[in-house]
Amino acid sequence: MSGFRTPTGGRIDRTRPIAFSFDGRPVIGYRGDTLASALVAAGVTLTGRSFKYHRPRGIVTAGPEEPAALVTLGEGARREPNLPATTVELVDGLVAESQNRWPSLGLDLMAVNQLAAPVLAAGFYYKTFMGPGEKAWMGYEPFIRRAAGLGRAGREPDPDRYEGRHAFADIAVVGSGPAGLAAALAAGRSGARVLLIEQDFEAGGSLLAEPEGGVEAAWRARVLGEIASLPNVTLALRTTAFGLYDHMTLGLVERRDHERADPASGRARQVVVTLRAKAVVLATGAIERPLVFNNNDRPGVMLASAARTYLNRFGAAVGRRAVIVTNNDSAYRTAFDLADAGVAVAVADLRRGLDEFVRARALAKNVELLSGIAVVEAAGRGGVKQAVLAEYRGEGETPAFLLERREADTILVSGGWTPAVHLASHLGGRPHYREDIAAFVPGRLPAGIVAAGAAIGTFGLVSAIAEGEAAGRLAAGAADARVPSGSVPRPEVDAAETGDLRIEPAWHIRAPKKGKAFVDLQNDVTTSDVALAYREGYRSVEHLKRYTTLGMGTDQGKTSNVNALALMAGHRSVAVAEAGTTTFRPPFTPVAIGALAGRGIGRHFRPVRRSPLHDWHVRNGGEFIEAGPWLRAWYYHWAGATPADAYVREMEVVRRGVGIADVSTLGKIEVAGPDAAELLERVYVNGFRKLPVGKARYGVMLGDDGIVLDDGTTTRLSETSFFMTTTTAMAGEVMSWLEFLIETAWTDLDVHLTSLTDEWAGMAVAGPRSRDVLARALPGFDLSGEALGFMGAVDGHHEGVPVRVLRLSFSGELAYEVYCPADYGIALFEHILKAGEPEGIRPYGLEALASLRIEKGHVAGLELDHRNTLGDLGLARMASKAKPFVGRPLAGRPAHAGKDRWSLVGLESLEPGAPVRGGSILFAASDTIRGHGRGYITSVTWSTELNRTIALGLYEGGLAHEGEEIIAAFPLKDEQVRLRIVSPHFIDREGKRLNA
Amino acid sequence: MIRLTCPLCGERDHTEFRYGGDASKERPAHEDADAAAWHDHVFLFDNPMGRHLEFWQHVLGCRHWMIVERDTLTNEITATGPARTGRPAGAGHARTGEGGAA
Repeated sequence: MSGFRTPTGGRIDRTRPIAFSFDGRPVIGYRGDTLASALVAAGVTLTGRSFKYHRPRGIVTAGPEEPAALVTLGEGARREPNLPATTVELVDGLVAESQNRWPSLGLDLMAVNQLAAPVLAAGFYYKTFMGPGEKAWMGYEPFIRRAAGLGRAGREPDPDRYEGRHAFADIAVVGSGPAGLAAALAAGRSGARVLLIEQDFEAGGSLLAEPEGGVEAAWRARVLGEIASLPNVTLALRTTAFGLYDHMTLGLVERRDHERADPASGRARQVVVTLRAKAVVLATGAIERPLVFNNNDRPGVMLASAARTYLNRFGAAVGRRAVIVTNNDSAYRTAFDLADAGVAVAVADLRRGLDEFVRARALAKNVELLSGIAVVEAAGRGGVKQAVLAEYRGEGETPAFLLERREADTILVSGGWTPAVHLASHLGGRPHYREDIAAFVPGRLPAGIVAAGAAIGTFGLVSAIAEGEAAGRLAAGAADARVPSGSVPRPEVDAAETGDLRIEPAWHIRAPKKGKAFVDLQNDVTTSDVALAYREGYRSVEHLKRYTTLGMGTDQGKTSNVNALALMAGHRSVAVAEAGTTTFRPPFTPVAIGALAGRGIGRHFRPVRRSPLHDWHVRNGGEFIEAGPWLRAWYYHWAGATPADAYVREMEVVRRGVGIADVSTLGKIEVAGPDAAELLERVYVNGFRKLPVGKARYGVMLGDDGIVLDDGTTTRLSETSFFMTTTTAMAGEVMSWLEFLIETAWTDLDVHLTSLTDEWAGMAVAGPRSRDVLARALPGFDLSGEALGFMGAVDGHHEGVPVRVLRLSFSGELAYEVYCPADYGIALFEHILKAGEPEGIRPYGLEALASLRIEKGHVAGLELDHRNTLGDLGLARMASKAKPFVGRPLAGRPAHAGKDRWSLVGLESLEPGAPVRGGSILFAASDTIRGHGRGYITSVTWSTELNRTIALGLYEGGLAHEGEEIIAAFPLKDEQVRLRIVSPHFIDREGKRLNA
Repeated sequence: MIRLTCPLCGERDHTEFRYGGDASKERPAHEDADAAAWHDHVFLFDNPMGRHLEFWQHVLGCRHWMIVERDTLTNEITATGPARTGRPAGAGHARTGEGGAA
């Protein structure tokens, strides 16, 4: 191919040259060029090497269907591989590189794969390298992966910004070709909000390939002008509708790659838009199909329509001597336009008996017509030099001899047109085959979605416009709007131009000699691979795809799938319709992961919840740890520089003096109403109806399946109001579950739930001196043992701020939980700290909090693993026998009463200094250390009281094994340590301290 | 990518809602101690192709629990109503205990 820029013409701006580089070589294009059109105009033929055989490849198409001309753009962190050169808008300073060649495009050492081609057929790698066993494959795989492949992405983090956005429209029109423009104008005239979506940087679709000054171009300009005058119609250029989803949702990606990337400006490089519409018009057009013959992958073999686009839109002729090979009428438009531009053109038409209109125009334009003749081979290693011609005798027939080797620098092919049925098929509708146009068209579409134009096989301009207008009218109707009649003008085209293809399908043009005829250029799948798949039994199109990798490239087989499945249908001797298509799934064209992630990266990947006391912890030497969505104070620097040092000192402060900890993350729910007590009575396994006002009670809930759901303390504030706490982790679940019960099952209960989790700050004041501190801090409260005994509650005010004091203990010491409105949290926390100075009060973090409760043997989220029964946790005696409660019927299942259930035990280390790790697998002393063992360690800590490492765990048979020596294994570090099973209540079993 | 219509707030993205399970079955009475009845309720579900009654909560909105009739094949929503009042008006799918097909 020796492409060149025509002296005039095209939609490029010849006053605006653009400098870019391709493989380090400076090249000049113009504003309005794509990378591909600039390369064509610069006479670049070779643009890359193929995936498997490293064969030289060039530009095949002029659109997003491009299978071969994939390039890597950008440098460093902005390096982006596998972009079709045909869709890259040319901008100043663009840096493009060809792919899959080493060391350079001209000299590719990996091309040795071509010599090995006879053995590199479909399935070769699997058969050869996986045969000897998994180990051998592991050895070969990296080498194979290096030899095959496409471009490589940058390794540094992407510096650019991406966004996600939601958008709404009454009517979305996908595609701005003749049908799409007509639909958008018609729908726009109804007054409805219309979004016209175009993947290209110019609107017009196939109209952009029409010559300047023609009626088609005039119609385009007029309709675009009318659309621009409608404020309710928005044209979204450089925007691809990549998926059609349920309930009229479209996934769009807006690209702004033509702007200079500047993350500092805050402007996103790409935006993924979730568009909700009331109606959708699919005017997605059609993609030309290549013809399959020997060496049809040589650089210079191109779709006929692409050559026309390069000529008329970009002012770039693809060669000086063109041989066009076609089985339908559409290629003649290319032939005539190229001839007008001075290119020598011969048309090899597979069909016989061409109509007179075509013959007359060909004669007039000096286009040579070869009827009943095919190109059977493209000759020329690095690019087309000759088209080898032979008589065409029909599908599957091999000509006996060659006719001629015709000098040519480009071979332009047209095997018919494939409607872009992708979006129309995303919701599950299967495309169906139309024999008259040898193409699949969309199947049944859901209500509110309508397709028009070439997308449904209507190729004539006037009929596509009429269909588009009708589709716009229908869509407006679905969106409750009306289109006035006569809304869309008609172009005055020659009545003889019906747009009929008059196609004679041809799936494989055979040659008298052997050779490689490519079906899928991107994945190097040939006709022989399809035949091999057939012989080996991979005959359904889905199997064919997976066995040969056909259609699995970045182009998803837009130019290859129909040829391949028709070939398979031929092998199977069934109709093409019967072979069917593979499933179409989003995205239509590749979408960068970064664009899909949008702002959901780093800290934004998952939002973090902060306690109302967070800022205090930050200012006062707190270190943080993630606990579910929460960022919690882990330990404080006053106690030590490392968590291992600090938590031990913090524990000692609580056991010997007094400490204060942030417990604001606990789930807090207000349960109010005449039936509040009844609700609690039903959901907790223990009784709550008779709980006195001013008293708290520990409660456990089961799920309907009889498994422990959550625990917490609930306080009765009045006859009709309770203050419930849940574990931090289950706060949301418990709230939803209670709402579910009163909204669906117990609608007769008069009770209301309010989440107070974020409204109240909570702090635990714990240790033998805690009463002294609180009494000084809250002088208005009577905190004496008589007035506020263990599990007592009192509401009051301090300096006008509501404060609630519950005498609860998680640590096992004399302790209180103090609550106040979140906004006063820090003030109260600081107030208590100040009041406690004489007692040496110190803040303690989550690590110490958790360790104190392990010593006390309180279960927490780690033990509540949603597999345990009450009995497993040593809580069986809590369950009321006198009342029904949620989960009771299934809690009594026989399997729940088994003696060997994994149940709560305390564990103490018998090997001082040896690490004991949470998650360790527990084995009996006599067991072989293998498999899932008899249980696991749920929580572990150093005990300051016992001066040894202690743990809680779940163990088969539980405390029936008390006193036994067992083994905790941690296979990841190949560690084993001996432990003894003991009571989980390591300290103060009688509860003297908390009742003090 | 479906849209649900909260009876209180109107049409919203499904991302504001949480799925709450099969609503075609009636929960046994709270006092019902029959383990077999609860076993059926908790563990045994039909897996229909077509219309299906299900609970959804507008969890990131007004927290209302509702019953939605959704076609499991097409995701078409054919009826929506508050869970308090049982099967939504217009739902073709009956709940157990209401007569008609389960």
